Amino acid sequence: MEMRSSLGRARGLGTANEGVHHWWAQKVTAIALVPLCIWFVFAVISLMGADLDTFEAWISVFGNALLMILLVLVLFYHAYIGMQVVIEDYLQGAARTAVMIATKFALFTLGVSCVIAVLWLGAWG
Amino acid sequence: MASGNRPLSPHVQVYRPQITSVLSILHRATGVFLTIGTLFLTWWLVSGLYGPEAFDTAQGFLGSWFGHLMLWGFTFSLFYHLGNGVRHLLWDFGWGFELPQLRQSGMVMVGFAVVLTLITLISAYASAGG
Ligand code: HEM
Repeated sequence: MEMRSSLGRARGLGTANEGVHHWWAQKVTAIALVPLCIWFVFAVISLMGADLDTFEAWISVFGNALLMILLVLVLFYHAYIGMQVVIEDYLQGAARTAVMIATKFALFTLGVSCVIAVLWLGAWG
Repeated sequence: MASGNRPLSPHVQVYRPQITSVLSILHRATGVFLTIGTLFLTWWLVSGLYGPEAFDTAQGFLGSWFGHLMLWGFTFSLFYHLGNGVRHLLWDFGWGFELPQLRQSGMVMVGFAVVLTLITLISAYASAGG
């Protein structure tokens, strides 16, 4: 069975075009997430039950803000391409497009919100 | 062929579950679950912008019994996904992609995730005093 669409064939797109980029990005983000997530678990434990003053003091430390922003960027990018694959596997047609757009808007917005929060609380909190 | 009629990925329920397939679908399930978890991460960070009360509300929710239950789930999902993610990366380097090794590294990885989850919970409760 021919698995490619007419448009894909006309453009000469196989799975090795955008697909290989995403595959590679998934691997690179996965490697970066191993130390970042382990650090994050320690960070969350140390911040359990903290009040806002304590949290702001913590996030004002450059190293904490840096790691937090790195974690957020890498994690949201990894989830972004990961969710794309999941949605492509189970949905098609209008539902796929709608869910894809909603998921990507949501993840992008959440990621930007996290970065703003870290910068804001770290610098002006 | 119109791209709308392409076959979708095989649906899991037509296969007899095997350790390899169960662990694999769990990687996906934990990935999606952790993605949902980003909502709570964002709430936690952004609540601080709305002042001390809002931050206390978020911290209070995460400190409630339901919040704890959720955090245990995220902790286990994270360690499972991390362990299995490392397995994926090793396979990409061509290591361990034979059936007996797949089963063995799968068991090791589940053990790893359970142990790390327990260590995390114990240190969390020890450092918070309950
Ligand atoms: C702790 C470090 C992590 C590692 C080492 C890791 C590793 C991986 C790898 C290697 C894949 C690709 C699997 C494949 O090739 O089929 C993957 C998929 C995925 N990851 Fe992660 N990941 C990590 C953390 C996270 C986090 C924190 C999230 C969510 C916020 C996440 C969400 C996802 C999603 C949604 C997928 C797609 C699942 C699928 O296609 O079945 N991952 N991860």
